[in-house]
Amino acid sequence: MVKVTMTVNGRTASGEVEGRTLLSGFLREELGLTGTHVGCDTSQCGACVVHVDGKAVKSCTMLAAEADGAEIATIEGQAAPDGTLNVIQQAFQDHHGLQCGFCTPGMVMSAAALLKDNPKPSEQEIREYLEGNLCRCTGYHNIVKAIMAASGQDVSAVAAE
Amino acid sequence: MPKDSGIGASPKRREDVRFLTGTGNYTDDINLNGQAYVHFLRSDVAHGRLVSVDTSDAAAMPGVVRIFTGADFEGVGGLPCGWQVTDRFGEVMQEPAHPVLAQGKVRHVGDPIAAVVADTPEQARDAAEAIAVEMEELPAVINMKEAVKDGATKVHDDLTSNLCYDWGFVEENREAVDKAIQDAAHVTTLELVNNRLVANPMEPRVAVGDFNRATGESTLYTTSQNPHVIRLLMGAFVLGIPEHKLRVVAPDVGGGFGSKIFHYAEEAFCTFAAKALNRAVKWTSSRSEAFMSDAHGRDHVTKIELALDADNNFTALRTETYANMGAYLSTFAPSVPTWLHGTLMAGNYKTPLIYVNVKAVFTNTVAVDAYRGAGRPEATYQLERVIDKAARELGVDPIALRRQNFITEFPYATPVAVEYDTGDYVATMDKLEEIADLSGFAARRAASEAKGKLRGLGVNCYIEACGIAPSNLVGQLGARAGLYESATVRVNATGGIVVMTGSHSHGQGHETSFPQVIADMIGIPEDMVEIEHGDTANTPMGMGTYGSRSLAVGGSAMVRATEKIIAKAKKIAAHILEASDADIELKDGQFTVAGTDKSLAWGDVTLAAYVPHNYPLEDIEPGLEETAFYDPANFTYPSGAYACEVEVDPDTGKVTIESFAAADDFGNIVNPMIVDGQVHGGIGQGIGQALLEGCVYDEDGQLLSASFMDYAMPRADDLPFYKVDHSCQTPCTHNPLGVKGCGEAGAIGTPPAVVNAVVDALQSAGKDVTHIDMPLSPARVWAAMNG
Repeated sequence: MVKVTMTVNGRTASGEVEGRTLLSGFLREELGLTGTHVGCDTSQCGACVVHVDGKAVKSCTMLAAEADGAEIATIEGQAAPDGTLNVIQQAFQDHHGLQCGFCTPGMVMSAAALLKDNPKPSEQEIREYLEGNLCRCTGYHNIVKAIMAASGQDVSAVAAE
Repeated sequence: MPKDSGIGASPKRREDVRFLTGTGNYTDDINLNGQAYVHFLRSDVAHGRLVSVDTSDAAAMPGVVRIFTGADFEGVGGLPCGWQVTDRFGEVMQEPAHPVLAQGKVRHVGDPIAAVVADTPEQARDAAEAIAVEMEELPAVINMKEAVKDGATKVHDDLTSNLCYDWGFVEENREAVDKAIQDAAHVTTLELVNNRLVANPMEPRVAVGDFNRATGESTLYTTSQNPHVIRLLMGAFVLGIPEHKLRVVAPDVGGGFGSKIFHYAEEAFCTFAAKALNRAVKWTSSRSEAFMSDAHGRDHVTKIELALDADNNFTALRTETYANMGAYLSTFAPSVPTWLHGTLMAGNYKTPLIYVNVKAVFTNTVAVDAYRGAGRPEATYQLERVIDKAARELGVDPIALRRQNFITEFPYATPVAVEYDTGDYVATMDKLEEIADLSGFAARRAASEAKGKLRGLGVNCYIEACGIAPSNLVGQLGARAGLYESATVRVNATGGIVVMTGSHSHGQGHETSFPQVIADMIGIPEDMVEIEHGDTANTPMGMGTYGSRSLAVGGSAMVRATEKIIAKAKKIAAHILEASDADIELKDGQFTVAGTDKSLAWGDVTLAAYVPHNYPLEDIEPGLEETAFYDPANFTYPSGAYACEVEVDPDTGKVTIESFAAADDFGNIVNPMIVDGQVHGGIGQGIGQALLEGCVYDEDGQLLSASFMDYAMPRADDLPFYKVDHSCQTPCTHNPLGVKGCGEAGAIGTPPAVVNAVVDALQSAGKDVTHIDMPLSPARVWAAMNG
């Protein structure tokens, strides 16, 4: 067993993990942060995306031990303390960018990483950035639209509300 | 101005807040005190005789609680099939046993052989690797036409063959159809494959079984679209647990698309093992496991012939389909290629004679059952493809040929046993031509050609049958279930309402849309209404959500229960206002006596129901809670017209979707935003089927597409923005909301549009290509162009 300590959503979190424990498993099982979802076993689906030291990472591809000392941000830490949704979360709700909600945490965390690097991405840049995030419900239409809206772009011309 | 509340408005979804903040409660988020974990050892061969399963070494591994094999389930029922099809000779289908864990034989890659229960998931997995299985490998039957040949290896030794049934519909029309085809001025024939798909909701299946020795009650938490159905099937047919001792909870469920309708072995196992061990038992499917244990969809091989007279009127249609059942009959598998497929073969057209033959075949593959659309996409695809081919053979415009043959008068009784209540196929086609700007296609084609790309336009129509279905009818057709829906409307003393529905939301947004209906009926804000679903302990017996039925059937039950509430509330109001019941009107949450200024607020009446001081106790009971079960009078028949424009790269065969438009008629619409979202998702899955997805077995029965590395799920950059419109509305005439259902339309209407477009693109360049089987991968398109 390995002792790990990391900062998760601004709080210090420690635990004893097996060497093979994935960061996704540590977050879900040890810390009870079940907002990070696991939808595959080949690092394709992106439901488990979190931020590690500010970068989007699929938490199923990283060992918990590797995250020792890191700053982790998960979906649970995205809204304000009073519950107000952040800009991206709010845009997803406003534009119906989610249905079953399972891919949503990863989508929101990926979108946040995209907008940090590219504050006004084009439709095509968004679609390409989301290559690693699968959604089975929305056909991506409203996800792309929500991310455009979150970046302050006018999406009224995009077909269908 | 769009409405801001009630029916026709698009309030933001209330369920989104928990999903956007990571506070949803999916089954895998549930962990019970002291729970153990199960790992299933699954067959890695497609067909084999189990000589021995030695668990002795594995049982001694760290953390192992107990290992179960087929022998532990010898006295336990098998997984039941919920639909019995009768073949064209009057014989019932062949129905093999489906044990929870393999007994004697394994019949597909992924068939569970043993189940290891251990203290941790890792210990369970490690121990499973130490189980010694001695297997006599048998030849696998994968190809359906090979499987039904004399002398083929049998998937089930105790059946007479691999043919589950040979279904004819309508059998009495068989000879007349043969003759009409023989006498036709023109016959277009098309052989095609409807590719095998995997539903792949993003949440893999999970089951947590629990047992309370003090009460003798079992509880199953499971990723299901219909917890009551699971409770009935598992309790009554597999484990012998009466419903009052069995609770099934389907909490937040991360998508279903049909694959979470069915009762699966893992659910029964966890419930069984929890009782045997007196300890909660949890199973979480990996994605790789899902590919070889979730029921698959589609997988039809079809020959269709369309006969036309000299004026291009459709005169007859004949189809022959081989439908893969896989190794076992999944819960509703037999109904999909028959009653959900044959009955749709008229499509939007007045073809007078139709004959559908379906041979359902057992193979050494995972079971195949309903996937979004379930039979209706298979019907639509072959019909709309053969019409397109006919138009091209005859040199007529594919849209004009469709328009010429449209059904235009309603109600319309088809030759395949259903009656369409309403529709306006001309209107949806007109709307499509407008929103897709079809008149501008020639210019867009020229622009594409100037870039060296081939551009194609594909148009098609669809009809679907939703809101399954009148219980007495489906009973005659072989369903072993009723298909009503239920709702209990509980009004609290201060006027707030909780609706307990038998429908289940796994992405559809019922928690938002259902209150819109009640808010309109009573005239109160939507936030006074809460929806409960998914727990058999607090909802009335219901049949769940699939087949685009929630609003048409479940919503109708809610309306009926609310009508009872309003009728009783009016009696209370009449008593207090000293008026006759008949004179009480309810509007905007106020009861008034007609023609007077006497009124009472909704909350005054609800309070009186629970504090019945001034109350007609001699006539009515206190309280305000009503239940209704709604059994639909007919299917509903949404319809629409879809257009797809593609570009094909002539050097690589790569197809890109340049635009996609859908004009649908869903009848009345409760929440346009949610309806748009349903259509978007269906289109995404339809494009996935057409261009990307295909579940592939090799000839030995190895599943080659068993992960997201191999199975091409549609990604954001494979898809465009879609234009969707549902302004054409012919309300359903037989349910109280006039709604039709929208969940599957996109998946039904999309694949033929895409394939028609690619064929159009290739023919525009003079290629002699009349058909390419899905998925239209670059390799297949390139081969067709250069073949």
